[in-house]
Amino acid sequence: MNVNDIVNPENLVYAKPALMNENHMHYCPGCSHGVVHKVIAEVIKELDLQEKTIGIAPVGCAVFAYKYLNIDWQEAAHGRAPALATAVKRLLPDRMVFTYQGDGDLAAIGTAETIHAANRGENIAIIFINNGIYGMTGGQMAPTTLSNMVTSTSPDGRNVKTTGGPLKMLNMLALLDGVCLATRVSVHTATAVKKTRRMIKLAFENSMAGKGTSIVEVVSTCNAGWKMTPEAANNWMVENMFPVFPIGDLKNI
Amino acid sequence: MSEEISLMKGNEAIAHAAIRYGVDGYFGYPITPQSEIIETLMEMAPWKTTGMVVLQAESEVAAINMVYGGAACGKYAMTSSSSPGISLKQEGVSYMAGAELPCLIVNVQRGGPGLGTIQPSQADYFQTVKGGGHGDYRLITLAPNSVQEMADFVALGFDLAFKYRNPAMILTDGVIGQMMERVKLPGFRRRRTDQEIREQCPWATLGKTPDREPNIITSLELDSALMEKNNERFQAKYRVVEENEVLYEEVKCDDADYLLVAFGSAARICLKAIEMAREEGIKAGLLRPITLWPFPGKILHGYAGKVKGMLTVELNAGQMVEDVRLAANGKVPVEHYGRLGGIVPTPDGVLDALKEKVVK
Repeated sequence: MNVNDIVNPENLVYAKPALMNENHMHYCPGCSHGVVHKVIAEVIKELDLQEKTIGIAPVGCAVFAYKYLNIDWQEAAHGRAPALATAVKRLLPDRMVFTYQGDGDLAAIGTAETIHAANRGENIAIIFINNGIYGMTGGQMAPTTLSNMVTSTSPDGRNVKTTGGPLKMLNMLALLDGVCLATRVSVHTATAVKKTRRMIKLAFENSMAGKGTSIVEVVSTCNAGWKMTPEAANNWMVENMFPVFPIGDLKNI
Repeated sequence: MSEEISLMKGNEAIAHAAIRYGVDGYFGYPITPQSEIIETLMEMAPWKTTGMVVLQAESEVAAINMVYGGAACGKYAMTSSSSPGISLKQEGVSYMAGAELPCLIVNVQRGGPGLGTIQPSQADYFQTVKGGGHGDYRLITLAPNSVQEMADFVALGFDLAFKYRNPAMILTDGVIGQMMERVKLPGFRRRRTDQEIREQCPWATLGKTPDREPNIITSLELDSALMEKNNERFQAKYRVVEENEVLYEEVKCDDADYLLVAFGSAARICLKAIEMAREEGIKAGLLRPITLWPFPGKILHGYAGKVKGMLTVELNAGQMVEDVRLAANGKVPVEHYGRLGGIVPTPDGVLDALKEKVVK
């Protein structure tokens, strides 16, 4: 029996999203980025927004996000994605504009751009990948690194007395009147992925409806940076990340 | 609406000219001595008439990156600032040069370094024409010497920026920004429709249509062989700009024995100085570079074979003088006269320097 005899419409239960292309992903096996990319591609297709979407890629592991989804993209300088998105959405108000940013990009170097875009209530969606580490540059400490967590720039574990504690950007953003959605999700189980898809869809709908800024924080793994197997990283995330960054809505109006 | 004659500050002229040109978005942050630009725009409220977006950003860094976002959509996007703020914008300028994005940046210079002073200066010449941000790039640089040119160079800057897909800067100073003069404002142009932008800027990220591949605006290329090709493409473009877009003004150069070389406000002062020199029997002329990059090096090289000496007059410690010396290539002495820290030279000071350093 040939595989094509099985893959026909009535048997098809799963397919690669139409918006994802054939480029080989540079992400490490086990990384959360690939799943989130897939979810975004599915949601854009579902909402029929391909011709209306402009994505803003960050600096960090997702710097090449623009290689994988067949939509128009802008690559921002480190941390500046919300500033780019601000201008794009204001100049093209009928488009869906989203940024895709990691914790170094959003919570360190781009803190000001993030907070002020949200405070202005820019009608953009921010997809925030929080894995508590700088992945692209080789596993350095991030603002979101947990207390006592070992990284290449905190080899004895993060000392919160000298470097501060894990920064809860979402909690800060949820306080702002311009924010209509501040939610924390994950992609480590099928159920979690479904929830993430729902919240990203809502964020994109909010952008189109002009409801304000939506932030979807995806608590993620970096098994390479954490030096764990993908499965161990998922477990470690549940046991250690979730207590600091609890899953759920902080704001949804 | 049509052309209009008015009396206004150079900074105000920039704002009026931007609305009339059909600029899509202005993003800025207040700083003296250029805050009249954003204040005038807010007062004029062009979002009610032309649909132009005017936004006060949280920082200079955010403002230039908003310009990046707008420019990447093929929109006419601009920002303005003064020296310390322009330093902050250099990241965005370099990224836009690397991503080949057209935009207009206005620098109403003040004295530095650091927080310096709010008084006029031309000390950002090096920063503007020699780089400023990182990497091998060039910034199209226009140096107005009047309120009229402040207005006119908005259009010229955008035209050149879009012709070459490169950022352009109006490099002016607190004198030209703050002084009031008669100005003829251009007529109103309609802002381009998205469809017109799609046709004129097929690279713009306006949303992927089925008839084309995704548009990706980026300055990133990790493959060194490809990145070298990108750089070679930029350099080839810069050579075309240098060949075709040089602008300068010659005043009484035909019979000149001595040449003053000055741009912007310094050139205005030199106009009086050459008049005074000629009253004393010294045949002085003025060569005013209007584009600082591309620099009128060839024309200056020509004069180096004709005149007995050159004097650059700048509101700095001697920056453009290096380019004039390169152009003269040792054929004629090139001296410099400048005032620093926000002090504006007087015509008497220029004439004395000419006599002391060049005529002898």
